[in-house]
Amino acid sequence: MEKVLMKGNEAFGEGAVRAGCRHFFGYPITPQSELPHYLARRLPEVGGVYLQAESEVAAINMVYGAAAAGARVMTSSSSPGISLMQEGISYIACAELPCVVVNIMRGGPGLGNIAASQADYFQAVKGGGHGDYRLPVLAPASVQEVIDLVVTAFDLADKYRNPVMVVGDGILGQMMEPVKLGPPPEVTTPPKPWATTGTLGRKSRNIINSLYIEPEELEKVNLRLQSKYRRMEEEEKRWEEYHATDAEVVIVAFGMVARIAKAVVDKMRKAGIPVGLIRPVTLYPFPDQPLVAGSSGPVKAFLVAEMNAGQMLEDVRLALCGRRPVHFYGRTGGMLTSVAEVEGKVREIWEGLK
Amino acid sequence: MAVATRRTQGLTDKQLHYCPGCTHGIIHRLVAEAIEELGVLEKTVGVCPVGCAVFAYEYFNCDMIEAAHGRAPAVATGVKRVLPESVVFTYQGDGDLAAIGTAETVHVASRGEKITTVFVNNAVYGMTGGQMAPTTLLGQKTTTTPFGRQADVAGFPLRVAELVATIEGAAYITRVAVNTPKNILRAKKAILKAFNVQIQGLGFSLVEVLSTCPTNWGLSPPEALRWLKEKMIPAYPLGEFKAPEGGV
Amino acid sequence: MTQVFFDTERCKGCELCVTVCPKKIIKLSAGEINSFGFHPAVLTDGEKCTGCKFCFLICPDTAVTVIKEEGGNGKSTDEGQ
Repeated sequence: MEKVLMKGNEAFGEGAVRAGCRHFFGYPITPQSELPHYLARRLPEVGGVYLQAESEVAAINMVYGAAAAGARVMTSSSSPGISLMQEGISYIACAELPCVVVNIMRGGPGLGNIAASQADYFQAVKGGGHGDYRLPVLAPASVQEVIDLVVTAFDLADKYRNPVMVVGDGILGQMMEPVKLGPPPEVTTPPKPWATTGTLGRKSRNIINSLYIEPEELEKVNLRLQSKYRRMEEEEKRWEEYHATDAEVVIVAFGMVARIAKAVVDKMRKAGIPVGLIRPVTLYPFPDQPLVAGSSGPVKAFLVAEMNAGQMLEDVRLALCGRRPVHFYGRTGGMLTSVAEVEGKVREIWEGLK
Repeated sequence: MAVATRRTQGLTDKQLHYCPGCTHGIIHRLVAEAIEELGVLEKTVGVCPVGCAVFAYEYFNCDMIEAAHGRAPAVATGVKRVLPESVVFTYQGDGDLAAIGTAETVHVASRGEKITTVFVNNAVYGMTGGQMAPTTLLGQKTTTTPFGRQADVAGFPLRVAELVATIEGAAYITRVAVNTPKNILRAKKAILKAFNVQIQGLGFSLVEVLSTCPTNWGLSPPEALRWLKEKMIPAYPLGEFKAPEGGV
Repeated sequence: MTQVFFDTERCKGCELCVTVCPKKIIKLSAGEINSFGFHPAVLTDGEKCTGCKFCFLICPDTAVTVIKEEGGNGKSTDEGQ
């Protein structure tokens, strides 16, 4: 199969086109700019609509309208812009509309900087806006995986009638890698009889809404949402294991840090130290099974490595419930975690186990 | 015998929740009649605001979307870009459209989005308890301007129709009132024209409707109609501020 | 001859129809109270009604129906037609 060289941010765009997405609404922010640049050129080629909104607030509400009208629709932004979108994401989650939101995370809090970061983990996996809701969150670690997971994101969005977030960082967005495109996947969009398209002969009106003034009614909505999230937790956990089965120290890392961790695993294995990697591909639902399974095997300690002050760390600890010690190594503010730093931490843990 | 008046099919049978004498109900009827008379009820999607009209999706007899506060024009944009053949309208109050949603209002006009906005200006926040709106008149008492709106503290009333009319993408911008039968008939014509502008693809259309809020103005419904005439119309002159050349 | 009907359950007794009636033949019923606690509008002297439909136009609650007797051809005078 022919390989093409593609930038991560562009791959998000091409993945969306391959998923049948024909509507994109966004607002400029670094470091995700190549994504809208790509779609501004690409969508008109396939009869789609690229629209630059007046703000992220407007963009996410355009997504709400387009999703209500039955379209496969996407927006993208970076951390501060995603914060602005949270109100709209909460409405979309309650109104149960499918859409895909891409967050190319940058250093925070505040205006922060435009360097790579994973500091929006909590915001992504714990809901992010107001109210009790969740979104499936996918974390690709290569440009190829971006292409594939964006298609998955649209399928999950339609399957659950729920917004889905795909998170990357400035490194993934900016780097170029060869990708196999192949023929576009067969897109099967489920029928959307609930969409507000105009009644057009339909007997009953469709209403897209997140207002339930009676507490009894709103509780029912919440219980329905919660059962949907439980179903996601049953069916959608995804992860990658790398030399994890016989490892005594397992690194848990997602996105670009997992790439760094792989280099550490290779180096440690050469040195005769049994280190492995578990890479969550879905951050929500969090893949706790491989951690729990690992803790009943040879694993003596876990190391969570992230580009934040320890966010996924909490989910790893929750998954393990004290079964094994969980260590942490993280850099913040857009600082990259280096192979040498993670290796140093692994050696320290390994020495402590002796 | 013949029925000289007929309840429009553009409204559901649901009893309106508005306070006695609130003219939201008149505006609902005019919008519903217009959509029905243009024969587009089945391809219309309405977007309602946050504010007193938050339940409008229960009243308009077409597909409806409830938007976040101020975001109806953005939501309507999303719908219209997916369904260019549909008829899309927003129904918004003064807080929703002219305070929290000002950016969306200005930019939906600047894009010349082919939607229709019905802007209900009653110079006060109704649902939240009578606070100052961007359109509250100077000197007008509200729960957050208890001594009357003073310009040096709370700024000046915003004239939305005049503001939006300066934007190139705006095709039809008008201000009407619903305080007398004559003005109500004029308002109906304006709303029909606004929808026609949309259907003909001429650009963004907005009808600002001066409306009453007897409850929060502290007046009886008939007194509120007089207050609208005596206080609001001088501050918010009626008329077309922009219309397509050559008519609609 | 014209007849005006008020949907007493929809009427909120706001008096806007009372205010605009050119013949001053609408009032709020003193004796009647609807299930919402409002005194609904009633016609005092139907003979004087000209069928101007002002009450229909101003009513915020679509509580008014005006019925007109036709002068021969039986065509509806429905505004919207």
